[in-house]
Amino acid sequence: MTEKSKTTKNDIVEPVINEEESLKARFHTLSIDGDKYKTLYTEKYKLRTPWEKPNFKKIYSEIPGTIIKIHVTVGQKVNEGDPMMVLEAMKMKNKLIFPISGTVKKIYVSENERIPKQHLMIELK
Amino acid sequence: MSLKRKILELQMKREKALQGGGEKAIEKQVAMGKMTARERIITLLDENSFHEYDLFVEHEARDFGMDGKILHGDGVITGTGTIYGAPVCIYAQDFTVAGGSLGLMHARKITKIMDHAMKMRVPIIGINDSGGARIQEGVNSLAGYGEIFYRNTMASGVIPQISVILGPCAGGAVYSPALTDFVFVVENISKMFITGPEVIKTVLGEEISMEDLGGARVHSEITGNAHFFAESEIECFDQIKKLITYIPWNNGQKARPFEPKEPLSNKYKIDEIVPGNPKEPYDVRDVIRAITDGSEFFEIMELWARNIVIGFGRMNGETIGFVANQPMYLAGVLDVDSSDKAARFIRYCDAFQIPIVTLVDLPGYLPGVDQEHAGVIRHGAKLLYAYSEANVPKMTVILRKAYGGGYIAMNSRHLNADFVFAWPGAEIAVMGPEGAANIIFRKEITEAKDPEKMRKQKVKEYKEKFANPYVAAAKGYVDSVIVPRETRKFLLHGIEVSKNKVDRKPIKKHGIPPF
Repeated sequence: MTEKSKTTKNDIVEPVINEEESLKARFHTLSIDGDKYKTLYTEKYKLRTPWEKPNFKKIYSEIPGTIIKIHVTVGQKVNEGDPMMVLEAMKMKNKLIFPISGTVKKIYVSENERIPKQHLMIELK
Repeated sequence: MSLKRKILELQMKREKALQGGGEKAIEKQVAMGKMTARERIITLLDENSFHEYDLFVEHEARDFGMDGKILHGDGVITGTGTIYGAPVCIYAQDFTVAGGSLGLMHARKITKIMDHAMKMRVPIIGINDSGGARIQEGVNSLAGYGEIFYRNTMASGVIPQISVILGPCAGGAVYSPALTDFVFVVENISKMFITGPEVIKTVLGEEISMEDLGGARVHSEITGNAHFFAESEIECFDQIKKLITYIPWNNGQKARPFEPKEPLSNKYKIDEIVPGNPKEPYDVRDVIRAITDGSEFFEIMELWARNIVIGFGRMNGETIGFVANQPMYLAGVLDVDSSDKAARFIRYCDAFQIPIVTLVDLPGYLPGVDQEHAGVIRHGAKLLYAYSEANVPKMTVILRKAYGGGYIAMNSRHLNADFVFAWPGAEIAVMGPEGAANIIFRKEITEAKDPEKMRKQKVKEYKEKFANPYVAAAKGYVDSVIVPRETRKFLLHGIEVSKNKVDRKPIKKHGIPPF
């Protein structure tokens, strides 16, 4: 019994050493105004998404919902303000219009499809 | 009927009501790893101190087959008791009774005990474990929530309000905890969200578990909605009890003083904690422990925005609120979350007469598109607002770096700090040496034969000239440059001479903080 409890004690000591070592390994560099600091990152900092330059030719959904009707077909020329589709979301039938003029390059969604927020719907060229 | 029989009748009525939702429901509750509502209250409060009220309250719902249903206590237990002798009002939702759902009488019981807490000027503790609104009672349950929120807001800054999430707390229900001062959560038990996984699945087609959506860890680490994280209900109750010892019963009095104790100076050697190189990390909590009574520090929001540390300690027996940049995480920068975290805590301390000690060691604000787009301007302003507005004793110790806007924000003299001290290694400057040299000496550097050599030389020059506490001290922005060992002495004296502090604010209804 005593033998056993001794081993347990040793087992507890070991992970502590490993933790210190892994702490060292986890240190990152954070650059602020040209000065580089040695530090740890927070969970939320690690989860942040890099910024991307918006591409206005790619039209994303602003709200999750169901596509009721698509007013255009591939290759069709459209003007700013033309009806694009009807998206039912939050118990409302939202009439979506084209934000810019162009030609429909590709349609990524179909009627009766349920889509999340920030979902690519249509691409113009 | 004789009195004896009437007493017997009462005892029988009580016994029935004390069963809550009955054996089966209690078994279910236990199977989920949860204590019952009454067990929770009894465990949290001092022994035999709980006195229950409104045990015989009944609901008045008549629709959807509710008229025949008996819901003991209408799913919530209310009463008063003590924690280490401090009087508290308490309510606990009883999940075994109709899933702890909130109907009109359930809400009335809660608002009644809240009103009592306000009248008696004692803390209110709410234990949340509820499926949400009692749908059968329709708009009456919405009215109930609204009346609770209104009281939360009125009580804010008058009496301490503590929310304990020990089960689901979903939809509108989450706004009562959000309006209170401290939210406690327990791993695998607490669940908080506005729209649950079911709705998210129906609307978005995304599948997520309750735990991943709004579990204890999420709210402690990612959202910042919870202040204390525990692995068990017992640990959670210990945290609440400890908190109660640090805070006053109401805004008209001070927290109860404790027996003064010296810090453990052998364990926390204040001269050796902070590395000389400003780019090296360390745990700032060790500096706090090196100056508090018994080296005790009770941290709040330990897991969220770890680049700033907030919490309570005692000095000479009195509760002090500590705010400190944490170089261990993100070099101790200010950002959206850390500004928000510190600002709210400062306002708490100010509302409840708790002096604030600020320890400064930061390189500035966190750069990044995500920060700018998340509104770091508005959130950062909260910190300036909170420090400027607070008129409790405010003291600052600049441990090492204090650059740029971060220097101003961290309770500088300019925001009306009472005392600002700096350690000899302090670097109070408009920005870090590298960045500053690159701008000031741009011409010299680019025109030099060996630009890199010139740059290094200019960085060195800048460091020698400006990276010290004496430039600020020469202007009186720093009151004293002190040896680290003297920190506790200076702070204790600062608290002592601030006892009669008068710092009146201009008359106004209220300010417009950048919420």
